Amino acid sequence: MPRAEFSSYYGRPILKPPVWTWEIAAYLFTGGLAAGSSLLAAGGQLTGRPEVRRAGRVVALAAVTASAALLVKDLGRPERFHHMLRVAKPTSPMSVGTWILGAYGPAAGLAAVAEVAPLLPDRGPLGLARRVLPPVGRAAGLAAAASAPALGTYTAVLLADTAVPSWHEAYPHLPFVFAGSALASGAGVGLLAVPPAQAGPARRMAVLGAGLELFGAHRVETRLGLLGEPYRIGRPGRLLRAGRALTVAGVAGAVLGGRSRVVSALSGVALLAASVATRFGVFQAGVASARDPKYTVLPQRERLDRRRAAEGDR
Amino acid sequence: MTVDPQDRVTPASTAPAGSADRASGGDPVSAAGWVDAPPRMGFFTDTSVCIGCKACEVACKEWNGVPTSGLDLLGMSYDNTGALTADSWRHVAFVEQPRPAGQHPASAGSAEFLGMPAAGPPGRTGSAQGRSDFRWLMMSDVCKHCTRAGCLDVCPTGALFRTEFGTVVVQEDICNGCGYCVSACPYGVIDRRAGDGRVWKCTLCYDRIGAGGTPACAQACPTESIQYGPLDELRERAATRVATLHERGESQARLYGHDPDDGVGGDGAFFLLLDEPEVYGLPPDPQVSTRDLPRMWRRAGLAALAMTAAAVGAFLGGRR
Repeated sequence: MPRAEFSSYYGRPILKPPVWTWEIAAYLFTGGLAAGSSLLAAGGQLTGRPEVRRAGRVVALAAVTASAALLVKDLGRPERFHHMLRVAKPTSPMSVGTWILGAYGPAAGLAAVAEVAPLLPDRGPLGLARRVLPPVGRAAGLAAAASAPALGTYTAVLLADTAVPSWHEAYPHLPFVFAGSALASGAGVGLLAVPPAQAGPARRMAVLGAGLELFGAHRVETRLGLLGEPYRIGRPGRLLRAGRALTVAGVAGAVLGGRSRVVSALSGVALLAASVATRFGVFQAGVASARDPKYTVLPQRERLDRRRAAEGDR
Repeated sequence: MTVDPQDRVTPASTAPAGSADRASGGDPVSAAGWVDAPPRMGFFTDTSVCIGCKACEVACKEWNGVPTSGLDLLGMSYDNTGALTADSWRHVAFVEQPRPAGQHPASAGSAEFLGMPAAGPPGRTGSAQGRSDFRWLMMSDVCKHCTRAGCLDVCPTGALFRTEFGTVVVQEDICNGCGYCVSACPYGVIDRRAGDGRVWKCTLCYDRIGAGGTPACAQACPTESIQYGPLDELRERAATRVATLHERGESQARLYGHDPDDGVGGDGAFFLLLDEPEVYGLPPDPQVSTRDLPRMWRRAGLAALAMTAAAVGAFLGGRR
């Protein structure tokens, strides 16, 4: 990449770097994990694989609970988190996300709670719960799965709808990275939690999710010109390369590991770690692009020159 | 022109405050739901007469009760403020530039510190030919109060709202410090205050102008570099001023943020600059991110469909 000349005010950044800290990068992972797990659980539910269903539901609840905690913790005024509920604003991806979480969270929670039904006594009020919970859980599980794709992809719009150069410019491709990463992490749960004999769907989900993620990430790195650079260099670049290597290892283990429970579980761990690395890599690449004025000035200067040339031609 | 406080509503909570579907320009005040609003008010900051006295910075802090930003010697000319932040709502930039003036050839050297002042100001010889090859650019920066404000569009609580004067203001009792606006501002203006947790920025002295007054910075400016008034009037005045400067040979004079067709629909606070915007730390071609939002949602929708299809395929794709 040729280093073009540009002016700046004493080399200081023009933009404010995001004030979001590690919690938001971690939420990108836990939100995706919840979405992938709910899809896995619904698949298990609909195709009669109770172990897959149970693992997916339990992890989905844990992940969405962690998500809510991380999001509240990152606020400057955590005690005012409920101010998010004052408005529903389609122009704010964060407001849209709040309502997506509002729909998804309770459904995922109910589906997970329904899993305790077999442990309840046959009689009394708890006996009633034992009979009522499974159908409620089935409905809730389907509702969670229905909102899961929105939960898994809106976070890409959340990042892209900013002035942060490398996030904004990546808007056509980021949703595919996040959708794939969410699927792969959900598949990781399946590989970890159920015996290889029942992990067929999780293996296929791992392959499809990894494909989607690698396809999107390749485009982010190669199609953004100068703004793809923060995804390739420094710490974000190393994180994204680690994510890719772990994804490939996880998929290879899942597909080639055959009947080995250990290999299957290790593949699951690799896919989960891959998702963490990818999310932190994407997050930090954006922060890096906001800190260096070159990523603000050069692409805008180019756009301006192009527009002026076009106006001159007319 | 007074507005009964009882009638002051937060447009975000009663009407769609966003302007994502709107083409650039237009009237942001009626789009925000205001009826019979006063004319849109703004700032025209003419940097060609700025003397860098920082009275604007001080007056703003005084009036608005903005906390001190601490003693921080940045080693950048006479600028120790550095940037617009939660604790600096006006920022005077000092640019020191080796720049040939008149017939003087360009000196090969880079920026140099002017050193201790001599008897007179540098380069003051009475003619363009005799000017030194070094110049100072001073500029009082401020929130741009965009026509299409990214901060306002993305605010998830309705804390940011469009006033009846067309300005953009944070309601500090609503803001929960999510920080989305900080990343959405294409100028890097709005900022979260450490220890407080909420975001703060210029309000264009909403309290003063609501009572028919002038914002503190404009009132304190001794050279009328900061001019406050109805935006239409300011735009006319600015165009005249640029023409005058061009006539006098200052060919680099240009307006910044005055065009209702730019990427943010024009700024409520715009500038006359003597060099490229990035020299002053301004983005050369800012765009509101929500301009691309419909396309972003479409891409996310496509990815969500792919995600659903992959999950369905994973369970239907094999016997085990």
